[in-house]
Amino acid sequence: MNKNTYTGLYIVIAILAVLPFVLPNGFYMDLAIRMAINAVIVLGLNLLIGFAGQISMGHAGFLGIGAYASAVLPTHFGWHPLLAMGAGALVTGLLAAVLARPIFKLKGHYLAMATLGLGIIINIVLRTEGALTGGPDGMPVPALGLMGFELSSDKHWYWVVALLLSVSVWASLNLIDSPFGRALRALHGSEVASQVAGVNVVRYKVSIFVISAVFASLMGSVTAHYVGFVTPNFADFFHSIELVTMVVIGGMASVFGSLVGAVLLTALPQALATFEGWETVAFGTILMICMIFMPRGLVPTLAAKFGKGA
Amino acid sequence: MGDVMLAQFLQFLFSGITVGATYALAALGFTLIYNASNVINFAQGEFIMLGGMLAVFFAQAGLPFPLALLLAILVPAIVGVLLEKLAIEPVKGAETVTLIIITIGASLVIRGLIQVWLGKGTHSLPAFSGDVPIEILGATLMPQSLWVLGVTAVVVVALWYFFNRTLHGKAMLATSFNRVAAELVGINTSWVLFMSFAMSAALGALGGILVTPITLTSYDVGIMLGLKGFVAAVVGGLGNGLGAVLGGLLVGILEAMGAGYISSAYKDAMPFVLILLMLFFMPRGLFGGKSTDRV
Repeated sequence: MNKNTYTGLYIVIAILAVLPFVLPNGFYMDLAIRMAINAVIVLGLNLLIGFAGQISMGHAGFLGIGAYASAVLPTHFGWHPLLAMGAGALVTGLLAAVLARPIFKLKGHYLAMATLGLGIIINIVLRTEGALTGGPDGMPVPALGLMGFELSSDKHWYWVVALLLSVSVWASLNLIDSPFGRALRALHGSEVASQVAGVNVVRYKVSIFVISAVFASLMGSVTAHYVGFVTPNFADFFHSIELVTMVVIGGMASVFGSLVGAVLLTALPQALATFEGWETVAFGTILMICMIFMPRGLVPTLAAKFGKGA
Repeated sequence: MGDVMLAQFLQFLFSGITVGATYALAALGFTLIYNASNVINFAQGEFIMLGGMLAVFFAQAGLPFPLALLLAILVPAIVGVLLEKLAIEPVKGAETVTLIIITIGASLVIRGLIQVWLGKGTHSLPAFSGDVPIEILGATLMPQSLWVLGVTAVVVVALWYFFNRTLHGKAMLATSFNRVAAELVGINTSWVLFMSFAMSAALGALGGILVTPITLTSYDVGIMLGLKGFVAAVVGGLGNGLGAVLGGLLVGILEAMGAGYISSAYKDAMPFVLILLMLFFMPRGLFGGKSTDRV
């Protein structure tokens, strides 16, 4: 771990610490919270895409499991929200592990296909099982209390989410520099070569997929409690695409790229709202232009341009 | 009692084969582009939507019906070529994820433009040869279903002929096996890329036109149709043309049976349950051969 990598982390922490004092109003506060939540999800997803070279087209499905665990279990079965959150993460982790094991033995786009399928099935289940989930209209989520202290104001939420993000950035940087991370990078370079060097390819890929899915599930729970309401749109295909796009636009295999991607793409729909009806066209055009002119993503492209490592 | 059950079964089978043929055309589109460029084209579904929506538009604009249909195939083919020239060719050699995002961006642009231009309404086309149902063993078959099946069969035979008996087709096939080797023997591989996008877009659009009199169309039908076409292509063993056709029919039939016998609310989930089970138990698809990978 060299000093340079930590400089980035300090900058992130400094920005997070100052931000609430310079944001003009609640609207921006809310936007900042949602950016930070997305950033944590994208960090996890980038480990999978950037380092294991695999795409998940159904990550919103995992988000949905976490969110609905936090909504359904406390509401209908009286579970403590933290227990519900844990249960969601556990189910997600198991599901991801069971799904990934046979698939990672294949090469190519099969994980994309499998995760896409799983995401769509989860979404349809959430829409259909109305008695539990409220159907297409969604359902309210009880507040998250910690030892008699209830998280309610945006300010509380901001600090919780900022803490989660800082820890995630720190953990990602460490993970990448650990033997685990080196093995992952070797995988992306050449699978056969890393296998020859003694890396258990399937096991590493499965672990990274499970980690990223659990990240998503936990943040799904956090989002559900923060927003106070969940709908199946949370888990839909388009949301999965948005998450993958955040990774790719920011920069694959780049921790700070993940942050930039999450910030930009969370803000983009707000900025595009002025286009009235043309949002979809504008969003698609921006995606295409970014990818055509910066196929490696913003942060790696800019870093290469200014002669620094990302 | 037995007759009723048979009639019901046939009814589900007919509707399954009919939508299945559309999935088969979409799956062929996925296969063509995948073979030529290794890209999974997530804009494939939008070509299906374009076919249907443009046919409705041109027909309502007063063009003779056959001309309207022809234009509704031609315009998407041009869109496909533009996509390839403007967005896929410039990033040749980029990571697969990058290419996938580009095609997703393209699908949003196409869907968004149609939404702005033709609105969010649902549209239909008149059936090509009337609405008088044909009765078979107590089940009814719409004449339009015969159109869907007949045209799909003709297209499949024509494609088989093209790939096995013509020089251009063999050049495309050769490129899909090994691009570098194909270039070495003098095949113009960018022409192959160009053709595969044009052909997949045209196939998708054709499917979209044929099925519109039965299932109706709107600006957003492309997402699900495209994804199910993708499922069909993977079921058939990604890259295998015949597999794609059979995969499409299988997905269509399974969906109709699932909706009929199990739960209509879960109709759209059926193809995805199928693909998950298949990836578990038959990971190379029904017709995908063994393959080795380059290091």
